[in-house]
Amino acid sequence: MSKLNNLTLQQTLNGLEKKEFSIADLYQDINRAITNQNKNLNVYLTLNKASLKLAKKSVDLPLMGVPVAVKDNFCTKDLRTTASSKVLDQFVPQFESTVTKKLLAAGGVIIGKTNLDAWAHGSSTETSAYGRTLNPRNTAYLPGGSSGGSAAAIAADLCTIAIGSETAGSLRQPASWCGAVALKPTYGRVSRYGVAAMASSTDSPGPIAKTVEDAALLLNFLAGGDTNDATASLQKTPDFTTSLNQSIKGIKIGLVYQDIAGLEMVNEKLEEQLGVFIELGATVEKVKALDPRYAISVYTVVQRGEVSSNLARYDGVRYGQNRSHFGPEAKRRQMLGTYTLSAGYAEKYYELAQKVRTLFMEDLNRLFNKYDVLISPTSPGFAKKVGITKGAAMFGELEDMLLEPSSLTGLPGVSVPYYHDPDINLFLGLNIVAPMWQEGRAIQVADAFEKNTDWNTWRKKA
Amino acid sequence: MSWQKKYTPVIGLEVHTELKTISKMFCACANDPFNAKKPNIYTCPVCLGMPGGLPVPNSKAIEWTIKVGLATKCKINHFSKFDRKHYFYPDLAKGYQISQYDLPLCFNGQLTTSAGPVGIRRIHLEEDTGKLLHKTVNGKKVTLVDFNRSGVPLIEIVTEPDLTSGTQAKEFGKKLRQLLRFLDVADGDMEQGGLRLEANISLRHKNKKQLPTYKVEIKNINSFRFMEQAIDFELDRQAKLLETGQTPKQETRGWDATNNKTFSQRSKEEAEDYRYLPEPDIPPLNLNRKFVAQIKKSLPVLPEEMVEQWHQEFAVPKTLLSNAIISMTSSSELTWLGNNLKNIKLKNYDNNMFINDLINKKIKVSPKLSVKQVVAEFEKLHAVEEINPTELEQIIKLTLQENLAAVEKYQAGQTQVLGFLIGQVLQKLDKKIDPKVVRQALEASLEAS
Repeated sequence: MSKLNNLTLQQTLNGLEKKEFSIADLYQDINRAITNQNKNLNVYLTLNKASLKLAKKSVDLPLMGVPVAVKDNFCTKDLRTTASSKVLDQFVPQFESTVTKKLLAAGGVIIGKTNLDAWAHGSSTETSAYGRTLNPRNTAYLPGGSSGGSAAAIAADLCTIAIGSETAGSLRQPASWCGAVALKPTYGRVSRYGVAAMASSTDSPGPIAKTVEDAALLLNFLAGGDTNDATASLQKTPDFTTSLNQSIKGIKIGLVYQDIAGLEMVNEKLEEQLGVFIELGATVEKVKALDPRYAISVYTVVQRGEVSSNLARYDGVRYGQNRSHFGPEAKRRQMLGTYTLSAGYAEKYYELAQKVRTLFMEDLNRLFNKYDVLISPTSPGFAKKVGITKGAAMFGELEDMLLEPSSLTGLPGVSVPYYHDPDINLFLGLNIVAPMWQEGRAIQVADAFEKNTDWNTWRKKA
Repeated sequence: MSWQKKYTPVIGLEVHTELKTISKMFCACANDPFNAKKPNIYTCPVCLGMPGGLPVPNSKAIEWTIKVGLATKCKINHFSKFDRKHYFYPDLAKGYQISQYDLPLCFNGQLTTSAGPVGIRRIHLEEDTGKLLHKTVNGKKVTLVDFNRSGVPLIEIVTEPDLTSGTQAKEFGKKLRQLLRFLDVADGDMEQGGLRLEANISLRHKNKKQLPTYKVEIKNINSFRFMEQAIDFELDRQAKLLETGQTPKQETRGWDATNNKTFSQRSKEEAEDYRYLPEPDIPPLNLNRKFVAQIKKSLPVLPEEMVEQWHQEFAVPKTLLSNAIISMTSSSELTWLGNNLKNIKLKNYDNNMFINDLINKKIKVSPKLSVKQVVAEFEKLHAVEEINPTELEQIIKLTLQENLAAVEKYQAGQTQVLGFLIGQVLQKLDKKIDPKVVRQALEASLEAS
């Protein structure tokens, strides 16, 4: 039998249910893996010493005490929360974020807090004040980001399932680079309360998992309205697992971003996979969408503006660390955001960006009149090498270009592996985007693709 | 100095008042900063601006702001939103204040004063800040922050620059506070800072149409009387400068109540850039017509409306009526006064006299007294004693003999001396006699002689 930390969430729950192993057995394997690898990979910034104790108390709850990796921008009561910035180096929250509160209530246990780009600013984990995380699939490469620690925790089997947050790509891009699955929910599906804000108008917490099935299962416990978040939707949360194991016969798939320069390799590899959908009875059509390169400018302006505002609270009065502890990336973003919101420039930049954002919304709505889901590569290529972000201030925005239109418009999406290069042991991710509140559609298509291909490394093991 | 002939004062007010909702504006913490037993007890991640704290607006506060707007004849923005106003200050937990920028809840209203209507440009809803306490702890001077007040709902009422004197500003302030109390939405306690006043003051040359190129802001005034004094002082100060060819500096000034003068606090040559940003944490507000109509329906009959009605019904000047009710803060008090006015009229007494007596506190009555008791008090005040006609006649005779010169004047047609003679008679009577009776008797005697 393989080690217990290699199991998917569903396999783990089944095993615990059938008493094939105990919760202590599971934690023994997980903790051993962490001990062996965390120092090298730099996945966890803080480990929860009380995890096994809490897990033993949670066995009767739906998640049965499984170990969950949580990105370090979620406030966790009595557990240090840094957002990977020295400004919050000694910050131990007195309150629990809604997501972790729901997780704990469902019987999930926070095994540790994972590394991220400081304040979630970046797509590499290289802006973290606590050092970069390495890609467990190939440690010469980066895990992506900003939820790079959570994606790496999955890829290295240092947890059973993970939680991250996405502002534009921060769940799906690292999942893609690490050969994992990410489910970015509709904006407002999951509460943002207690998550150190990056860009408030697009921040979406969600799962990074080993399989689509696991991601859907976890989202069931995280989603729903919140009296502490006015932007969290009060509508009833569907059971996302009902979208699993469904036929995709008749599903209309729009294939976008095929005409964008620089995407030749990833588009070619994707083209090779289209037969999977067609064999399953879906239709695939190439279709032109609004050029995602415009989204880079829109996203940069909107996000920097909101960042400059959201970081204003770290003014040095509290948390024991003053503003000099901000890293260079946070400083750059605050400066740019302050500039674009200043009198005389706000109209030129921020307001214009919001107008173009509306155009993206209209364009995608137009496409969803014709297609059930839109697909494209998640990222323009494989994971990048360690050190690549040095001097590349727009690194993240370029890497996340294909995800920015759906993030800016609040749409849900799932990234699943669709190619593996055995020479470098790295993966490419397929991004499946659905209309607002239709996570189920993206889950349905992603699940069908995953189960009918061999790209998922955990399904192979099972 | 008679600058009044040459210049017109241009005065606008900004009034901040805390709403007395049970909980704070964007979180569930108690809204009771003045009665808090200790600093920082009514706080949570939201009003402390902790990472991930999110604002959820208090619907009661929105309702009450609209209430104030409707009571001041404002239009309501059915589509409204909150915005972030950025500035750094240790009492501002988030580095920005959640306020309203281009879509305030209420706009284009007015409130009447005896010197004319004052336009209300806008009323918006925002949150109050924490409070700084400058103390010495272990011999070291320190500044401490108390966040009990952080996030308390605050409305800002901005007038048009329609006011022209300190007196009018004082009247406006008092009426506004009365209205807030009447609507039961704010205590308007000025000493504690529950109601705060700012005045923008400049002088416009009468020959010029456009507004002056400068304005002086007076901040942190904590009483209506001080505001009146500060404005009047400031107008004189500016006039003197203008007369010597200088333009007063654009600045913020404070009021020194000890020396009765304004003093410079800081220059305001450049407009501050608050980098307003639509608050992404709060969805825009869609206040449908039905919601606003319901608030309108819930409004009590307002003091102004009662004044108008009584003016029509009892022929008492509006200014007198407004003065008489300025400290009344409930519908029941107004109803009580209305009943009394009716009763006074019914008894054929003079309501002008009654209202004057109320204002000058000549009769001590309160809503605890019934209309019967009130009219009894009024009658007691104006009671006249009966006099024996013979006695009166004798006194008149005596008076006329002592004032022959006046009698002659009267007979020569200078009838205005009658008043003088009435006075002389009343003095001699040493009794409370209706002057009308004396006049009649005196006229009769004069005609007869």
